[in-house]
Amino acid sequence: MFFALIESSRSALVSIYAHGLRSFLTTLGIVIGVASVIAVVSVTQGMSSFIGDTFASLGSNSLTIQSYTPFEDQMKGIRARLTPEDMELIERRAEGVASITPILYADRSSQIKFGSQTAFSRIMGTTYAFQEVSQNYMSVGRFLAQSDNLTRRRVAVIGDKVRENLSLPDNPVNEYVEIGGEWFKIVGLMEAKGDIMGQSQDDIVLVPYNTMRSLLGNQSRTDIQIQLSLSESATVENVSQQLSTLLRNAHDLDSDEDDDFQIQTAEQLMETFDTVINMVTLVIGGIVSISLLVGGIGIMNIMLVSVTERTREIGICKAIGAKRHHILMQFLIEALLLSLLGGLIGLAIGYGLGTLISSSIPSFPPASIPLWSIALALGFSGFVGVLFGILPAAKAANLDPIDALRYE
Amino acid sequence: MALIELNGITKYYEMGDQVVKALDGIDIDVIENDYLAFIGSSGSGKSTMLNILGCLDRPSSGQYHLNGKNVESLDANELSEIRNLEIGFIFQSFNLLPRATALGNVMQPLVYRSIGYRKRKEMAMEALQRVGLGDRTDHLPNQLSGGQRQRVAIARALVTHPSILLADEPTGNLDSQTTIEIMQLFDELHAEGHTLIVVTHEDEIAKHCHRVVEMKDGKVFNDSTTSSATVTN
Repeated sequence: MFFALIESSRSALVSIYAHGLRSFLTTLGIVIGVASVIAVVSVTQGMSSFIGDTFASLGSNSLTIQSYTPFEDQMKGIRARLTPEDMELIERRAEGVASITPILYADRSSQIKFGSQTAFSRIMGTTYAFQEVSQNYMSVGRFLAQSDNLTRRRVAVIGDKVRENLSLPDNPVNEYVEIGGEWFKIVGLMEAKGDIMGQSQDDIVLVPYNTMRSLLGNQSRTDIQIQLSLSESATVENVSQQLSTLLRNAHDLDSDEDDDFQIQTAEQLMETFDTVINMVTLVIGGIVSISLLVGGIGIMNIMLVSVTERTREIGICKAIGAKRHHILMQFLIEALLLSLLGGLIGLAIGYGLGTLISSSIPSFPPASIPLWSIALALGFSGFVGVLFGILPAAKAANLDPIDALRYE
Repeated sequence: MALIELNGITKYYEMGDQVVKALDGIDIDVIENDYLAFIGSSGSGKSTMLNILGCLDRPSSGQYHLNGKNVESLDANELSEIRNLEIGFIFQSFNLLPRATALGNVMQPLVYRSIGYRKRKEMAMEALQRVGLGDRTDHLPNQLSGGQRQRVAIARALVTHPSILLADEPTGNLDSQTTIEIMQLFDELHAEGHTLIVVTHEDEIAKHCHRVVEMKDGKVFNDSTTSSATVTN
């Protein structure tokens, strides 16, 4: 059996090599099919593993609450809000919360100036607890302190991207920047966190929460975001249940009304991304497997031509003693090798393509090919080879030696 | 015991409503180291005769014993094995594998015996040397002359050490000088103890043989043994 396998492979390789161009064209369908599978998988898997890593670094035990207004209500001019009172309520009543911090976005003035440089950034008012909740570490200087908040000090902590955009020195501490017409002293620079999905995590400016409130003016319509981290014993489900009950009561929602807020966990976000990516992989994979099918039919077609072409040869081989399985094996192996060869070429091209795609789109994560996709691609192309090779091979093996010898 | 025993062999083909009797009751024995020619005009049944002797085809009725084995009860794979072990074919149009070298062609029958590459090569080289082609083993068939191709085919037939060599118009595609060379080779092989059966329509070829069977309309018309044929020629 093993002997027959080696001999068949030997003659199959000779035949594939002898018809170099034809073999290549035959296998092109498989090449394209496998290349596209691998390209798609490598890009999406690269993205997926990158997102997984990023969210893991965000900490899976933090929650974000923000107001949520259905689109219909937005049209009517209704806006749901989360207020500082909501936060106080949570602080007082919710159990299992380790630290909690409000975030107030500067919705009008996101402009920041240093000397002649102007940049736009995400400017947020928050408290010292933000550091713990979002796991920011300082590269230079200090974070916002509680006293900064109480005395509404005009200080700011900036991300590395902001420092870059404003051409601030490597150590920007004690430099003054202008935000919303006021001067803020920089007290700290945060460690760079990199990008998520092309959005920089370092393009942020943090100022004390109360400073931000006074900067925005004494608005009654303040809408804040609340971030909190859980104590070790608390579960995400339990705490979000509590928060939901507290906030629904505070907002006087009837039981048939929808929440006017959203509680998000890092894990949820990650799952959403994962679901999307898996869907994309599946859909494109499905489309691509059709091209593998077409590739298989191409191989069958050429193998049938090849059997007809070599009818006389088959007759000779049978006359000098080839049995059915010798001929069957020879043609089957040839089809198998053709499609495996196509699979390998496709693998190389697909990997190249995936790398090219992910490197040509800025801030896109690098392509990665999981082993299962290689196994799947080669396994599938081998399967296609055998499936579509069996008909021509059987046709060859069943030829009558006399008829085959007489064939011109 | 005879090497080949044919008893009442018939071969009928149906062509439309007509039944063509290609062979119509053949009784022939061939002994070991026989040197036999089947002659006859085209349509006399000599090619069908060769196909049946070579186990490429099965008779419609009658019994065929080859080397003591009854061939008619064998299936296609067993017939393949018989062809591989017992029979060496030499065809008019050489029937070499076009993409294999001379050596590869001669090695091919041994592949079906599951003989390893080294041993195969050794045996094939020996056979090629025997037919005088020891120096052209790496040539493809289309790089060889007709006479050389037929020598490769003869080497391929010899390499398996078969009981009989069957030649179907072996010189039909060759010029007269090459024909003489090939027939000399046949004479030598016979002298070495091989059993040769040649199908031909050329009297010149038949004269080399020690026994000439003339066929006509699917029957044996004349069976004459002239053991001094080569000498008188």
